[in-house]
Amino acid sequence: MSARVSAAKAGKALAAACDNVRPGAADDAVGAVVPSFVAAPSSTAQASALLRACAEHDLAVLPRGSGSRLSWGVPPARCDVVVDMLRMGAVIEHAAGDLVARVQAGARMADVASALATAGQEIALDVPGPATIGGVLADALAGPRRLRYGTPRDLLIGITVVRADGTVAHSGGKVVKNVAGYDIGKLFTGSAGTLGLITEATFRLHPRPAARAWVTARVQGTAPEVTTMAAAMVAAAANSPLVASAVELDRPAPGGPISVGVLLEGSADGVAARAREMEGLLGSLAQVPVSVAAPPDWWAGIPTVEGGAAEHTLMRVSFWVSRLGGVLDAIDAAARETGLRPAVGGSAGAGLLYVTLPGGAPGEAVARFAGRVRAAIPAGRGSAAVLAAPEAVRGALAGTAGLAGTAGLAGTAGLAGTAGLAGSVPGLALMRAVKDQFDPGHRMAPGRLTWA
Amino acid sequence: MTISSLVPRMTRICGPGNVVTDPLELRTYECDGLTSHRATPALVVLPSDADQVAAVVRECAAAGIPFVARGSGTGLSGGAVPREDGVLIVMSKMRRVLEVDPVARRAIVEPGVTNLAVTQAAAPHGLFYAPDPSSQVVCSVGGNVAENSGGAHCLKHGFTVNHVTGLEVVTPSGELTWLGDGTGVPLGYDLLGAFTGSEGTLGIATKVVVKLTVAPQVVHLVLAGYATLADGGRAVSDIIAAGIVPAAIEMMDALSIEAAEAAVACGYPQGAGAVLLVELDGPAAEVEAELATVMKLIEAAGATEVRTADDPAQRFAIWKGRKAAFAAVGRLAPAYIVQDGVVPRTALGDVLARISALSASSGIRVANVFHAGDGNLHPLVLYNDAVPGEAERAEEVSGAILDACIDYGGSITGEHGVGVDKSRYMPRMFSDDDLDTMQLLRCAFDPASLCNPGKVFPTPRLCGEVPGHRRAPHPAVVAGQAAVSREGDPPHPPMEIF
Repeated sequence: MSARVSAAKAGKALAAACDNVRPGAADDAVGAVVPSFVAAPSSTAQASALLRACAEHDLAVLPRGSGSRLSWGVPPARCDVVVDMLRMGAVIEHAAGDLVARVQAGARMADVASALATAGQEIALDVPGPATIGGVLADALAGPRRLRYGTPRDLLIGITVVRADGTVAHSGGKVVKNVAGYDIGKLFTGSAGTLGLITEATFRLHPRPAARAWVTARVQGTAPEVTTMAAAMVAAAANSPLVASAVELDRPAPGGPISVGVLLEGSADGVAARAREMEGLLGSLAQVPVSVAAPPDWWAGIPTVEGGAAEHTLMRVSFWVSRLGGVLDAIDAAARETGLRPAVGGSAGAGLLYVTLPGGAPGEAVARFAGRVRAAIPAGRGSAAVLAAPEAVRGALAGTAGLAGTAGLAGTAGLAGTAGLAGSVPGLALMRAVKDQFDPGHRMAPGRLTWA
Repeated sequence: MTISSLVPRMTRICGPGNVVTDPLELRTYECDGLTSHRATPALVVLPSDADQVAAVVRECAAAGIPFVARGSGTGLSGGAVPREDGVLIVMSKMRRVLEVDPVARRAIVEPGVTNLAVTQAAAPHGLFYAPDPSSQVVCSVGGNVAENSGGAHCLKHGFTVNHVTGLEVVTPSGELTWLGDGTGVPLGYDLLGAFTGSEGTLGIATKVVVKLTVAPQVVHLVLAGYATLADGGRAVSDIIAAGIVPAAIEMMDALSIEAAEAAVACGYPQGAGAVLLVELDGPAAEVEAELATVMKLIEAAGATEVRTADDPAQRFAIWKGRKAAFAAVGRLAPAYIVQDGVVPRTALGDVLARISALSASSGIRVANVFHAGDGNLHPLVLYNDAVPGEAERAEEVSGAILDACIDYGGSITGEHGVGVDKSRYMPRMFSDDDLDTMQLLRCAFDPASLCNPGKVFPTPRLCGEVPGHRRAPHPAVVAGQAAVSREGDPPHPPMEIF
């Protein structure tokens, strides 16, 4: 009775704060957690009033953009209110002469791209899918072109956030060069909604390249020559003064052939000439056909395996590019030892690979797989995080090195040995302290980042 | 606990000879590149490794004594001004390049390594370290991390924060920890990014993993003379509108050209109202076409003289004038203030006109040197400190320039930092809520407010209960009272900065 009364009261308070509030439905569930309310603010002011009302009624909040990556990470421990950001989808300001744009967090990347393209400009992030600006920031997502342009944190120059208590705060601004004050935008990049709600972001833009070309090669043969040759191609392409925008790798099956793809961007004549040079460079390294063509069909995707995506385990492995061959060999070895069949792909030239493991894999085997890969990454030179996994696998990982293990950056047992779902993340104690400062009631996406 | 009682402990940690107590010697650390703010530190220590830094900080934390880290002392916002009641931790003994991995394009260096030394270590592999502040010969990588230093080439290549992929830091409580996984791939909150540019207030970096950049196939530098700044500005707008991102676009006005000529005989066009430098770099197949476009646009904007340079010696000769400009204006006046405002690039013309009007109405001369590509202005406000009241008038003009930058949606600092110099301007740019939110980060890292206190923020934030030790006297009590002295300051020492 009293719970119902307080729910009704909370609903009234939310409705007073925001003009678009409805009860949560099964569709809104994150994992098994169905929110009591879904509120869609239309402005930063409404979002502020909404979060203030949530604070007053001790409601747990989960920000949501397109919802395309809600299956990543861990479902929230509590979720009373989903804040749906899709009504805040505007490009507020596009200062083409300054190469700067201010956008609302609920704007979809594709829509922003169309708006900016009218002036021949872009936010140089090629994240596939329906993702929103806020989601891309909160999950720190970037596509293949990260090699040349970096990740969201490198392009974000200003941010507006609403804190857990409803306070609206800005940092940065709308000029590219600016070192006044702490960069709160960096802090919110990768925060997964656990520090507060991102409502607006300002980005530095780049001119859209006039032309693009892809140079691709396919390496096959016996191990370990395949991985050695692929690693040499990736390093040569990424370190070439021909300036590749992306150097990607795809290996759909363990021990199988490896495709390497290089993206070149620039003027039509320039790209044509550089693509020919890149073709020659890669061809000189291997006796395999190299061609200049359209983007390969595996470009920019998360590597896929058979079965429903919801049951897959997705790992993100980062490493110094000089270790690429070793990482690929370790993945092969882990596959042999565990009997799992991983698909591997990603921005190898930028030191990043995604590893997808098929659904139905025993949690214990996935945990052993992850441990084997982590062991191949030397201290201070990378990490191997499980981004998404079915519940059973998460449970097994909880018993080992955790969701976000690193290879022990400090070179001590302390970091690498941290057990449990919390995993071992550099600066973990500081991250917890930051979380406590920004969200002392632990109401913002509680549990999404297990260690927060 | 008094500071003097720390001396034996610090000597045990850092070794004899690495703890400075002699009053005269302490005075040599009283300021950084911004000489108008001075304070003699109570104690200076020179640790040799990360463990020593951590031990020093733990001693300070336990005693509730504030501490400040210092690199090469070239900062221009007073970020390394010591505390008279505190310990200055000088990082100059930690200057090893620990590793260069040319295939991974990464190096691991100690914080005392100079910016240029990183490029020198990378050069044999066809790589360089991209952030290039004008003081790169002497400034330290640790200081670059603290200030998120830029440089003439950050327009295309980015700032320090875009080139640091991992940091080992000593937290304000004296713990050694890593931020970032060493590759630049994010893992949770981007503390690495937030730490970079925090001006030494969140801890002390003890190892820096930097990204190295592949040396470009070709580099072309174009110098153009114009009758007016407006003409040069039109060329800049046209280049940007053509979709070209040069490695650098720099402008100087007549006064700074005159000063640079007198100082280093750089041979810039005589009598020009503005000099524009445009540097293009990248693959030959792209840059040659870009160069042709840029030349056309530069001519069309009314250039009175155009020169190009494509070999390193010629480029160096041209850059010499630009990089010497700050020191060179010392010849035009006994004293000057280096400003560091930013405006949206398209507002440059309006803001320069406003600066010119300010100069005319106040009688204070202003020389303008600026990164035209990203709207970062370095007005040099000239005055004679022997004339009563002129220093104050110069300070007023300098502040009014920042107001103009803020009015046009810009920033009070593009690359020099807030430090002690500009903390009072922060409320003009940020609301109380903005500043309060930033300070939540400060409270998470440094709840006792001992790590470079009194910098960046105009007023400190109370962080609540601080477990573990007695609170130090609150910085509010001391801020702005102890550390600053102006009387009898010697003139700015000229410094070779190219």
